[in-house]
Amino acid sequence: MLKIVDLQVGNIGSVIRAVKHLGAEYELITLPEQLEGATKIILPGVGNFTAASVKLYASGFVEALNKHVLDIKIPVLGICVGMQLLANEGFEGNGAKGLGYIDAVVKRINSFDETLIVPHMGWNDVSTKNLSLFQGIEDKSCFYFVHSYAMKILSQEELDIAYTDYGEDVVAYVRKNNIHGAQFHPEKSQAVGLQFLRNFIELC
Amino acid sequence: MLRKRIIPIVLLDGFSVLKTINFKERRNLGSPITVTRTYNTRNVDELVLLDIDASKQKRAIDKFTIAEIAQDCFMPLTVGGGIKSIKDIQDLLAKGADKVAVNSYAIQNPLFIKEASDVFGAQCIVVSVDVVELELGVYAVFNNGHIVSKLDLFEWILKVVELGAGELLINNVTRDGNMKGVNVALAKKISNIVNVPVIYAGGVSCPEDAVRICETNASGVGISSIFHFTEHTPESCKLVMKRAGLSVR
Repeated sequence: MLKIVDLQVGNIGSVIRAVKHLGAEYELITLPEQLEGATKIILPGVGNFTAASVKLYASGFVEALNKHVLDIKIPVLGICVGMQLLANEGFEGNGAKGLGYIDAVVKRINSFDETLIVPHMGWNDVSTKNLSLFQGIEDKSCFYFVHSYAMKILSQEELDIAYTDYGEDVVAYVRKNNIHGAQFHPEKSQAVGLQFLRNFIELC
Repeated sequence: MLRKRIIPIVLLDGFSVLKTINFKERRNLGSPITVTRTYNTRNVDELVLLDIDASKQKRAIDKFTIAEIAQDCFMPLTVGGGIKSIKDIQDLLAKGADKVAVNSYAIQNPLFIKEASDVFGAQCIVVSVDVVELELGVYAVFNNGHIVSKLDLFEWILKVVELGAGELLINNVTRDGNMKGVNVALAKKISNIVNVPVIYAGGVSCPEDAVRICETNASGVGISSIFHFTEHTPESCKLVMKRAGLSVR
């Protein structure tokens, strides 16, 4: 069963509606032991990296996720802040630790360009050639982004990466084996977003 | 490259969709569920839903309408009307809003912007500002049928951004519903003094007006009348924008 992790730090109604719309069975979970029996995991996230990290560590979800994602290799999809949590650490707010699945850090998007409009909000195209989760989606399709912090990859080893251009190459999607992260919101990206979610549910 | 956004603005009086002229005269346009569903199938970039009577009537926008609209709305949805507490925002987000637009209460209590932005993140908090043109190049903030004389428009805009607004929705009341053209100078000035996304609305008479607004630093243009009353659609606007060299989805 697909399990959607609810860290209770942001609204995840949209993700649930999209999964429902696709006809997938799912369970919304708030406790780490409910990960038992997961065949797929979605880690949504809206809001602040530090707040989400605090919840993740305080709730005991880190150990449970490590077991299911790293040991049993259950496919996981992190969305927005959920994707950023896959990194080693983030610098939003006071700064906090991530899960460390992807060798990366999360930093403010315009650390170089003061004139850049932040948040990066709206539709931007993603270079997705040959990536399995983008099957049936035209290369350079637009997805909906809304974020002020972005993942900076430290080591590209074993990674598939898709970028979008916003003043610099911004990581829009990252994959390491069974671990997927999307900075954009597939649940808010109309037909292409639903196709991306369908691919995660059906192909992984 | 980030695309310029075409955003249909849907106004409600609590029950029905309506369109105003200069925020006064009204025409009823039927059920919000039907109207928004049409936009959804038309693959628009985003929707803004504002209950323009909520503040005056001291109530919040109807949550159940929002829930029904959000049900099959797989695009960003901004909702505003009568919001004056963290609980109001929580309720709307839970029913399917992605962003909330705050207007009247922000004028009464500017620190509410900061409070809301700290709790939900700046990306969630849109501050909506209604503007009247007193004479050429002279503007005032407008609220609830009156000019807010204690506020200077541009100072107010800088202040709300400083307090944590993640996006600005500028409604030009003087041009509202007239379909007689946009105030490019205003869109330009506002979008040049802030570094958050600016959506300009008011007066769009044709797709070329959308081009004029999007050639400034504004991130998008809010449109309502020409979608309700003329042959123009979000798609036809985008075609004209694309031909003009603008980046659209």
